[in-house]
Amino acid sequence: MATTAKQKIKASNGNSIDSSLDFNSGWSYSPAPESTDHIEIKDQYELFINGKFVKPAKGKYFPTINPANEKRLSMVAEATKEDVDKAVKAARNAYNNVWSKMPARERGKYIYRIARIMQERAREFAVIETLDGGKTIREARDVDVPLAAAHFFYYAGWADKLEYAFPGKSPHPLGVAGQIIPWNFPLLMAAWKIAPALACGNTVVLKSAETTPLTSLKLAEVIQEAGLPDGVVNIITGAGATGAEIVNHPDINKVAFTGSTAVGKIIQNAIAGTDKKATLELGGKAANIVLDDAPLDQAVEGIINGIYFNQGHVCCAGSRLFIQEDVADIVVRKLKDRMESLIVGDPMDKNTDIGAINSKEQLGVINKYIKIGKGEGAEFYQSSCSLPNGKGFWCKPTLFLNVSQSHRIAQEEIFGPVLAVQTFRTVEEVIEKANNTPYGLSAGVWTDKGAKIFNMTNKLRAGVIWANTYNKFDPASPFGGYKESGFGREGGLHGLAAYLHV
Amino acid sequence: MSTNTLEIPDFRHSPRVDEVGIEERVSRFTKRSIKTDAKHAGLHLILSMIDLTTLEGKDTEGKVRQMCYKAKHLHDSIEGIPKVAAVCVYPSLVRVAKKELDGSGINVAAVATAFPSGQAPKAVKIADTKFAVKEGADEVDMVISRGKFLEGDYKFVFDEIVAVKEACGNAHLKVILETGELSTLDNVRRASDIALYAGADFIKTSTGKVSPAATMQVTLVMLEAIRDFYYATGKMVGMKPAGGISKSKLALHYLVMLKETLGNAWMTSEWFRFGASSLANDVLMQLAKQEYGNYQSMDYFSLD
Repeated sequence: MATTAKQKIKASNGNSIDSSLDFNSGWSYSPAPESTDHIEIKDQYELFINGKFVKPAKGKYFPTINPANEKRLSMVAEATKEDVDKAVKAARNAYNNVWSKMPARERGKYIYRIARIMQERAREFAVIETLDGGKTIREARDVDVPLAAAHFFYYAGWADKLEYAFPGKSPHPLGVAGQIIPWNFPLLMAAWKIAPALACGNTVVLKSAETTPLTSLKLAEVIQEAGLPDGVVNIITGAGATGAEIVNHPDINKVAFTGSTAVGKIIQNAIAGTDKKATLELGGKAANIVLDDAPLDQAVEGIINGIYFNQGHVCCAGSRLFIQEDVADIVVRKLKDRMESLIVGDPMDKNTDIGAINSKEQLGVINKYIKIGKGEGAEFYQSSCSLPNGKGFWCKPTLFLNVSQSHRIAQEEIFGPVLAVQTFRTVEEVIEKANNTPYGLSAGVWTDKGAKIFNMTNKLRAGVIWANTYNKFDPASPFGGYKESGFGREGGLHGLAAYLHV
Repeated sequence: MSTNTLEIPDFRHSPRVDEVGIEERVSRFTKRSIKTDAKHAGLHLILSMIDLTTLEGKDTEGKVRQMCYKAKHLHDSIEGIPKVAAVCVYPSLVRVAKKELDGSGINVAAVATAFPSGQAPKAVKIADTKFAVKEGADEVDMVISRGKFLEGDYKFVFDEIVAVKEACGNAHLKVILETGELSTLDNVRRASDIALYAGADFIKTSTGKVSPAATMQVTLVMLEAIRDFYYATGKMVGMKPAGGISKSKLALHYLVMLKETLGNAWMTSEWFRFGASSLANDVLMQLAKQEYGNYQSMDYFSLD
């Protein structure tokens, strides 16, 4: 327990006091694994094109594994140029002949039906999301799946009310949307993309991420069950090359991408000079700012939630913590103590707080940055939790203290459970530092004073700013970035505009 | 480290509490899944932390005697069931309880200081306390003057606790905040700080006579106050949620909250108590289920 938050503090009378807390001995929780009975994962998955599951043209498949034990879950089809072309043709045909001609109210009914079936099969979705992606069952069950269903419900409601969303305009759909989603929230991102596109009357070709294809393929089953007309939603699988085929396909009207800023730049290059519309939701390096008048215990909870939610695989993660100097010591102390009660391990255990890192590759990225942070001389700290033995990809919740603005760990997106902690003296200073990043997706402000919240949220250049909370999502609330975090908004009324000519 | 070197903070500047954040943290505790061995150990721990309580106008020596027997013998048909930590009665019945529990290791706690309202002159409260201690109380559960607190007279509240603490002598002092009358979590935090710095051995949520009594939210605020006090002084103070905790599942959630807020050192009856009258039987019912494999009727558990 060498790294336990043991520390001596100075009391007001100058004596040194040992007041360390022990979170590791004594009563502990027994295993509480979620059952995987009744969960069906096929040995092999095909591409969902034109309402049917079809074999890929080249006949190639790739494995998808459980990152908690590295065991293969299934083989998944790799879509190539021919398959993408087939999917886009199916989507175009469905758009021209069915979906764009259908009364909007009827479109809404189909979307409601998807939402309801998803709710009915919520447990199945949660378990598969956890098996395939490594996120904890608690989060898959309480966040990913309910929010995904909520997005379908929300946009189903808009389907026949678009002229009220844009009064005085006559909104009409774009056509075929090519959508590429990341591996951190596979089902939720599919919902964010598909729900507004369908509500606005577009048809869809969606590619899920290479490491997490299973829940979008389950979603394809739901779409089939909901009886959506053939070709309205096509779901294909593959890696970057498949995504490039979608982006470059001449008959795509809109590209919606969530992923890294590097790939976002490639996409923007690729569609330059075409009339394709685009929504890009890219990386982030959010500032989570704690002022000295904040409710500190709750701020600590928000810091934990901001960086360790979903193993830190969150584009809007609060990965830069700014603490006002006069409360820095106590906040760090509380943070370290709170980290001791985080349980890292089997994602299927209902008590697990931090699951498996999504892939070996991503673990490599995280470890690279941990090495960089150490090399830069920042103070390294990890909780004393144990990690599962043997297989799987794991990372302990990590802090870097005494970080400066010039450190790479404070500048670059790590996309893991690694928090860079900086201090500041004044509100002006922290706003300057918080904005001093190429990113601008999100930020957090913690203070007891409403006026400070309004002042700071006006000056922070970030698309989403949370006050006295963090990582809160709602279908009615638009989400998207400034600067290199992308453009366009998803969610809410703004999310409709991204799929319409207004 | 002795209390006379403590720097007393300005209680007007007690740390602020965000209710939404408290709700969120509490909901995380309630999502912990406590199964098998952890449940068994937790239920045993809960029983050992109970202050078995009767605080009624109609309490008699007979009633208290019977309750004291239950305190020692919660459920003799299952082996290894622990005793409760204490029984809690009015000062007039302390002598009876003390006699019944002699040699059992179970403490006698007395509510004093014009419980439950606390609306009496200081001299009366001190006399009440001294009487309870003289009768043999090991622990005194006092109430703070909520009226004075809400008037903003924190010095009055502080001084009163100091005076009662002095009157307690060697008896442990539990300070009841009556959180159901304090209205905000900010007030709960401030009252906790006053009690902690005034020398409380325990802080306690409620008398059980006002609704709402203990909730996980107010208990968390109080545990966080205890933690900050410990950070600052190295001095451990106990916590007693009282009233409204009658089910095992809820009590297990409290244990989770205690464990994850203050850590293992507090996980004993020396530092944590449940003030409850009907919780014990629900816990026993769960233990009987683990023992026999099925739930038994309530009639198998004694109503004392």
